[in-house]
Amino acid sequence: MSNMKVTMPCDEANHVCDKAQYKEATLWEKIKLNLHLIYCRACRKYTKNNATLTKTIQTSDVKCLDKKCKDTMKKGFEKALKETSN
Amino acid sequence: MPNHQIDPNKWIDLYSDYLFNYTISRVSDREKSQDLVQDTFLAGLKSMKNFKGEASERTWLISILKRKIIDHYRKINSKKGKAEVRINYKDSESEGDWLEERVADPFDKTAEDTLQNSELGDAIHNCLEKLPKKQAEVFKMKTILGYETEVICNELNITASNLWVIIHRARTALAVCLKENWF
Repeated sequence: MSNMKVTMPCDEANHVCDKAQYKEATLWEKIKLNLHLIYCRACRKYTKNNATLTKTIQTSDVKCLDKKCKDTMKKGFEKALKETSN
Repeated sequence: MPNHQIDPNKWIDLYSDYLFNYTISRVSDREKSQDLVQDTFLAGLKSMKNFKGEASERTWLISILKRKIIDHYRKINSKKGKAEVRINYKDSESEGDWLEERVADPFDKTAEDTLQNSELGDAIHNCLEKLPKKQAEVFKMKTILGYETEVICNELNITASNLWVIIHRARTALAVCLKENWF
């Protein structure tokens, strides 16, 4: 029943915090994280930085290519590469 | 002055995301941006012998991309109606005094925000480039492309706990990097 323990170690707290950034932490995990944050200064700092990072990325609206696009790009490029080296 | 080397084999892996983000914040069309980036790589390949090594590869590619983006806007502008006549009916008893035309231009209002956002996007990509390749890849898939954990695990052949360790390291490094370069 280790799952039912109210306290959690720091590494687990950080893991839950990471999951929470992607909305993948369960309610019970979030409660335990917040209990941990009451007495743990280091994790409070990490949680704060982590949330800032999430917010920054959301507001930046940064974009990138997915693997499929890159692969098609590579195919076309490699063909051109061969033609120039010949 | 450091003499930069040129190696087109690594271009797509190293620079495609940066160039794409640069383009999409200026062109705001996914497919068009993708084409422009592709064109840039091909143009770079053709004029490789002009690369003098004075700037880094990425700076050199960006300078090509900038010209491609300008060309793109020239092209779409030449297609648009050239004989457009704008009517101002402010005087003749304000004929058809449309309320809509008095509202501030929404694009104008956000011009500065957009600019700042595109700079922030550049900063994020700069920081991502400093990460180990695997970390950057997983982080991009999870955070920017928003893939499910399972999908990433299948594609990269890693376990879920593996993924979270990578994410944790990437987030810690990114937070530090952005703190130094942005906040």
